[in-house]
Parts: sequence; C-alpha cells; structure tokens
Amino acid sequence: MSLKVDAPAPARRPGPHPPGPAKPARSGGGLARFDLRATPYFLVSPYFLLFTLFGVFPLGYTLWVSLHDWELGGDKTFLGLDNYIELIADEAFWNSVINTVGIFVMSTIPQLVLALMLANALNKRIRGRLFFRLGILLPLVTSVVAVAVVFTQLYARDYGMANWFLGLFGVDRIEWQNQSWTAWIAISTMIDWRWTGYNAIILLAAMQTIPKDLYEAASLDGASARRQFWQITVPMLRPTLIFVVFISTIGGLTLYAEPVMFEGNPTLAGGATGQYQTVAMFIVKEGFRDFDMGYASAAAWLLFALILIGTLINYSFTRRIGGNK
Amino acid sequence: MNRIWDAGPLTKAVLAFALVLSAFPIYYMFIMATRTNSEAIETPPPLLPGGHLGENVQRLLAAEDAHFATGLINSIIVSTTVTVSVVLVSTLAGFAFAKLRFRGSKILLGLILVTMMVPLQQMGIVPLYEMMVTLGWTGQIQAVILPFLVNGFGVFMMTQYTTQAVPDELIEAGRVDGASTMRIYASVVLPAVRPGMAVLALLTFMQNWNEFMWPSIVLDPANPVVQTSIAALNQAHGTDYVMLFTGTAASVLPLFIVFIVFGRQIVGGLMEGAVKA
Repeated sequence: MSLKVDAPAPARRPGPHPPGPAKPARSGGGLARFDLRATPYFLVSPYFLLFTLFGVFPLGYTLWVSLHDWELGGDKTFLGLDNYIELIADEAFWNSVINTVGIFVMSTIPQLVLALMLANALNKRIRGRLFFRLGILLPLVTSVVAVAVVFTQLYARDYGMANWFLGLFGVDRIEWQNQSWTAWIAISTMIDWRWTGYNAIILLAAMQTIPKDLYEAASLDGASARRQFWQITVPMLRPTLIFVVFISTIGGLTLYAEPVMFEGNPTLAGGATGQYQTVAMFIVKEGFRDFDMGYASAAAWLLFALILIGTLINYSFTRRIGGNK
Repeated sequence: MNRIWDAGPLTKAVLAFALVLSAFPIYYMFIMATRTNSEAIETPPPLLPGGHLGENVQRLLAAEDAHFATGLINSIIVSTTVTVSVVLVSTLAGFAFAKLRFRGSKILLGLILVTMMVPLQQMGIVPLYEMMVTLGWTGQIQAVILPFLVNGFGVFMMTQYTTQAVPDELIEAGRVDGASTMRIYASVVLPAVRPGMAVLALLTFMQNWNEFMWPSIVLDPANPVVQTSIAALNQAHGTDYVMLFTGTAASVLPLFIVFIVFGRQIVGGLMEGAVKA
C-alpha cells in the first residue's frame, strides 16, 4: 500500500469503549471547526476534479464536436444537427447497431441462464466450494484480448477446434467470420466464457442472503426444488438480476475488443460486409481512420441513447421477472 | 442440515463441466505456447505441453513490430500508477461519504452513481484525443494513465466498505482525543479498510491491465501496452499461432499469479460488494 499508517490496526469490533462525554469537547475551537467543515470537501475533491477533467468535460465537448464538420487540427464548420440527420440515414451505422444489439441479445440471455444455474449449483453444500468458485472466476482474470485470440483460433476455418468438433457429428466446416449470425455466435461465446462465472458469483452472493426458513416453509408445503427456485430464489434475486443485466447492457453495447481482434486486420470494418462491426468500432473508424470527428461524436451520443433505451427496456423487463406469478 | 442444501450428482456434474469449460481455453493457450506451428494445426490438436517454449519466447521478443517487452513494462507502469491513484482517491472520498457529515454529500454521491452508468471513456474519446494532442502526449503512456486515475465504482465501493468496517464510536473516540480528520483517516480508517482496499486494488489493476480501446487509439505501435502489443502481433503474425499464443500467455500470467495468491480475497470481496449493490 502506498500509505504509511502510524498506529497499529484496531480490532475490527472494539470492546466496550468508554463512551466519553455526551457532547465530545472539541479542542482547538476555530481550527477544529474549520477542520470539520472543510476537510470533507478536501477529501472528495480529488475525485471530482479529475472526473470533471477527464469525464464530464469530454462528454460535453463531444456534444459540441458532434454539431460540427470537425477534422483533427483542420477546419471546423458548424453544421447543427446535420451529422445526426446523416447518421440516421446511414445504413452502415444501422448495420453496426443491429450487430451490437444482436451480439448483446445472443450473449446476455444464455449468460444469465447459465449464471443462474451455476449460482444455484454453487449454493448447495459441496466439498471444495472455494475451489469451484475460483475455477469459474478464472476466465475473468484473462484479458479480453487474450480470450479473443484463443477463441478466434478455436473458430478458425481449417484447423479450428470448433469445426473439428462439429465435424465429428458430420457438420460441414463453417466459415465463422463470413456470415453475421456465425460471427455473432463466435463473439457471443467469447463474452459468455469470460463473464458467466463472474455473474454467477454475484448472483450466488445474493442467493446466500435469502432467509433459509423461506425454503423450509416451502418444503413443508411440499413445493418441489424447481418450484422453490422459480417462486422463491428468482423473485428474491430481482434487485441483483437488475444490477447484473445493467452491467451487461453497458458492457454489451460498448463491445469493441472482441470483434476487433476477431477481425485481425486493423480496418475496423468488422468483416468484408461489416457483418460484425459494432457501434464502438464504427465510432473509432469514423473518428480515427476517416478523421471525421464530428460524425464519430454524433455516433457516440447516439450510442449513449441506445444504452439508455437498452437499460430502460431491460429494467422494465427484469422488474417483471418472477413478479406477479 | 437440511437435505435440500446438499449437492446431488447432477449438481456436481454441472459444476465439474463448468470448471472444465472455464479452464480449457486457458490450458489450450499455455499448451500452444510450448508447441510448434505444425503441431498447433494438427487435428485433434495436442493436449499436452511440448518443448518449444524457449524458442517461442525468443521469437516473441524478437518480433519487431510488436515491441512486446516495452508493452509489458508499460502495462506494469500504467496499471500500478492507476491502481495507487484509484485506491487513494477512493479511500479518501469513501471515508468522507461514509463517516463525515457535510452539506451536499448525498447529492455528490448520487452524482457519482449516475455517472457510473455512462461509458465515459468511449463517449468522450474524440475530445480526450484532442486533449492529448494539445498537450503533446499522444504516443506517451501518461495519455493512458490520466483518464483512468479515478473511477466512480471505486468511490462507491469504498463508501460501502467504510460504512460497515469502521464503527462510528471509533471515529468519535478519535475526535475526543483531539485528532484532526486527516489524522483519523490515517490512523483509524485506513487500517480498518485495508481488506476492501486490497480487493479494489486487485480489480483496478486487472481492469487497467486489460484496457484496449483507448491505448490502441492514442499510443504508437512503437510504444504499446501489452494488449495493443498482442493486437499488433495478431495483425502481423496471425498465422504464427504459437508465437501469438506465447504472447497471450505471457500477458495473462501476471494476472494469474495475482489471482492464485489473492483469489480467496477476490471472491470474498466480489461477493461482499455484490450484496451491498
């Protein structure tokens, strides 16, 4: 740790401590009062200063740039909403939106179902619990780029293990990168492989806070394990499910590294016909390959709108899970 | 104990299968790093380590377009700096939000929560780039350090952690003894929140070690971080599987070491954080 501590660590639960005078006498008068008033702001200021500089300011500035024909170090002409109007008519943009949403849906649904199953399994009494928990978290510790490299090889046309495995069942070789849906599957498995265990751990933590007597009462009433899962576990998990879906929505809709690595070459086009170009790839391509910064900024704001819509849809959907059954 | 809590054979099978699925791609990556290219494309692929690790490492370090060693060193510098900053800033702010009363604290904390939902790095990418151009920092690693020095998740997590790990009486006792707020932070709060700091440090380190999009835009190929270095390898030597896998394996090795040493704390921290969320 970076800070020296000049006192021994106190016990986490201190014994009965002398409560002291009812109104603690604050020595030092003015100086101490200044300390009480001002220090909290001093403590939170590093966060807000840096956050304003590298978070809020760029966000607002993006809006400003998006209203211009803006080239890096070149001409900056005010356009008003022209970039947005052009974007909304841009097929390439909509293609990237469809890909992003497609991959998001294709990855999130199986991921949540699997994570729920895993969490439920881990919630049972079993030997070596920690071992299993660490095991399913292992993928999280690998990097996105590493995962993409490994999976891209697994999905290679001629020597890839996926095609070899399918070949055992008489399925012809699939060119995973050539079609939208096959590329979506390949990319979705990368996402799911890395995140399912993490989500399972989060859901497991929430499962463990569900009072056991709920299950005992249900058992006495003769409810099956499956029924208990759907009528007790899932409804009680709703807040955590909302949280998990929420994180997945932001992660899924800003997807970048996996499709870029899957592509291999640095064009950011997402395949010959853009079959797996995501919105994030579209933004970077417009801004940093074609140097149309205004257009890229407008796309960034539309991405934000997409995330807001996605979050709202998911929120209302998740709220209903196990709701009034 | 109640019968319904015991794991049946089906549960064990599900878990064992999940474990194999989790571990296999990682195992495969390490195996490939010890093989030759002709072995790597055999079907079925080899599933045991071979003897070519040394030669793959040498080729990796010699691959001029990847600058792998530079990338590794840069990643260590970037991730460490960012981690120290995030942990420091988050414990300071977390202490204030959890234990001190000040006007506007609820609003400020709410603001942090709201902004956690905005993908700032992706949305602000154009102005951030212009900022770095103006400062003359494109291609240099401070360009990938500065935007990540704080994050809302860290503040939120340390606020939660400090609330439950530091009893109010302890702070009051410090006040009675005449300690200043900073003094209380240093000698009461910091020691008590150490486990939370450790988890935040590990998560932050991992996250920054994995950062890809922004470094790939703002850094030069000659001065990469480890992830962009691998992307360069992938572009230039995509068919040299074993070298690519050697680089990939080397890039995740530091994280694995951390995970093996601190795995228990990471799981505990994730679970604790999750319940509070």
